[in-house]
Amino acid sequence: MNELGEAVAFLLDPASWSGNDGLGKQLVEQALLTVTALLVVALVGLPLGLWLGHRGRGGTFAINVSNVGRAIPVFAVLALLSLGPVGTDVLGPYGRAGMATLIALVLFGLPPVITNAYVGVREVDPEVVEAARGTGMSEWQVFGKVELPLAARLVANGVRLAVVQLWATATIAALVAGPGLGNTITYGFSNNTYRYVIGGAILVALGALVLEGIAALVERAVDPMRRVSGSGHDGLVHTPQIASPSTDTATTGS
Amino acid sequence: MSLAAGVTPSPLLAADPPCYARSVNAWICPEYVEKYAPELVDATVQHVYLTVTSVALGLVLAVALALFARNRPRMRSLLMGSTTIVYTIPSLAMFSLLAQATGLSPTTVIVGLGLYSLAILVRNVLAGLDAVPDEVIEAATGLGYGRLRLLTRVEAPLATPIVMAGLRVATVSTVAMVTLGTIVAYGGLGNMLANGIDDSFKAQVLTTSVLCVVLAVLLDLVLVAFTRLVTPWTRGVAT
Repeated sequence: MNELGEAVAFLLDPASWSGNDGLGKQLVEQALLTVTALLVVALVGLPLGLWLGHRGRGGTFAINVSNVGRAIPVFAVLALLSLGPVGTDVLGPYGRAGMATLIALVLFGLPPVITNAYVGVREVDPEVVEAARGTGMSEWQVFGKVELPLAARLVANGVRLAVVQLWATATIAALVAGPGLGNTITYGFSNNTYRYVIGGAILVALGALVLEGIAALVERAVDPMRRVSGSGHDGLVHTPQIASPSTDTATTGS
Repeated sequence: MSLAAGVTPSPLLAADPPCYARSVNAWICPEYVEKYAPELVDATVQHVYLTVTSVALGLVLAVALALFARNRPRMRSLLMGSTTIVYTIPSLAMFSLLAQATGLSPTTVIVGLGLYSLAILVRNVLAGLDAVPDEVIEAATGLGYGRLRLLTRVEAPLATPIVMAGLRVATVSTVAMVTLGTIVAYGGLGNMLANGIDDSFKAQVLTTSVLCVVLAVLLDLVLVAFTRLVTPWTRGVAT
């Protein structure tokens, strides 16, 4: 495990973090990509999925968008975008092939958000919704005061899946000469410098675990049902009933 | 882009570069598929091999772990927690770390993707076993079924639809993720994809991308057909 020690030394050396191809710049690129794509995904995917769920329409689309997303390799989409009209130009702080990477991130972040938002709202007990309408609530009130709170945990779970997916996708961008921490890994492989490979991989994995941890806390915090009772919230990922039990791992090729 | 579609090569124009030539570099190029057929077949065979082996490894481990943990609540949450963590680690990091132990080999890809499959499958195996009604188990026990016979003759068949649903998800996402095995030189079609990127070879990038998706759809259809075959009682019921 001498190489592990070298990798840790590489990560602890301030010189590794500075400079134009240092870890610092790559980490900033990757974090910026993830956050920017997450904003776009949330702004587009949440309203779309919630609206489809509320209207009870477009279920085929909302569910299948995840199935389709899963079948398409991230790597292929990145390759097609960067060889196509989008190109590999530097996009400000996002680095080389920034635009192609951002588009790919958004494309792979959207499916879990749309599917879970849709399933979350659809799973709300129809009798509860019916009762809310019966008390004279407007459609907005039904949505805002009944459906959304009851769906919150599953909706947040979709965002959590998207966050993990975005971080993983941003890592892959390096395979098409894009930005992000994947560059340290690919550089290490092509130069047989394994402290770069291991160091980069540790950093990427740690980043994913930190994001997953934050997202899990947020998921718990937004659930208004968390204090109602312990039952049904056993800390496991909630399982939508409409599709297969595996929809909760709706992530695509990461 | 349309060069490949309509124009039939005439003897007089024999000097015209084919659509996969550097000077043309068309996205859609049937001549590319023809010329590179042997390479495409080899890459596809490797892709299928890596996918099937990984998912099979994941399934065997998932069944074993689920059977062990299903009546042990603490093991169960430990299993769920650890598979969630495994699933969180990006594949590029996973392959890089595994490569330190297993080198640039198919094993690295198979173990890595097997772990992801395990994370998906263990949930579905547990959910499938949980879905077996208690009355059915009581009835079988009352009929004198032992634990092994109960598992193989009653619980396994009844859990099959949910397990197969997980197997479909695992297989389709594994086909997509095999491409990233190219980081350790075993990525099936992903190897050709990577070469295509390095050479800006558009026909190769598009062809291999399309083949990946086609492969995922085909394997999914095979699993759907197999599920229908082994669970005749679910026919007519939405799956």
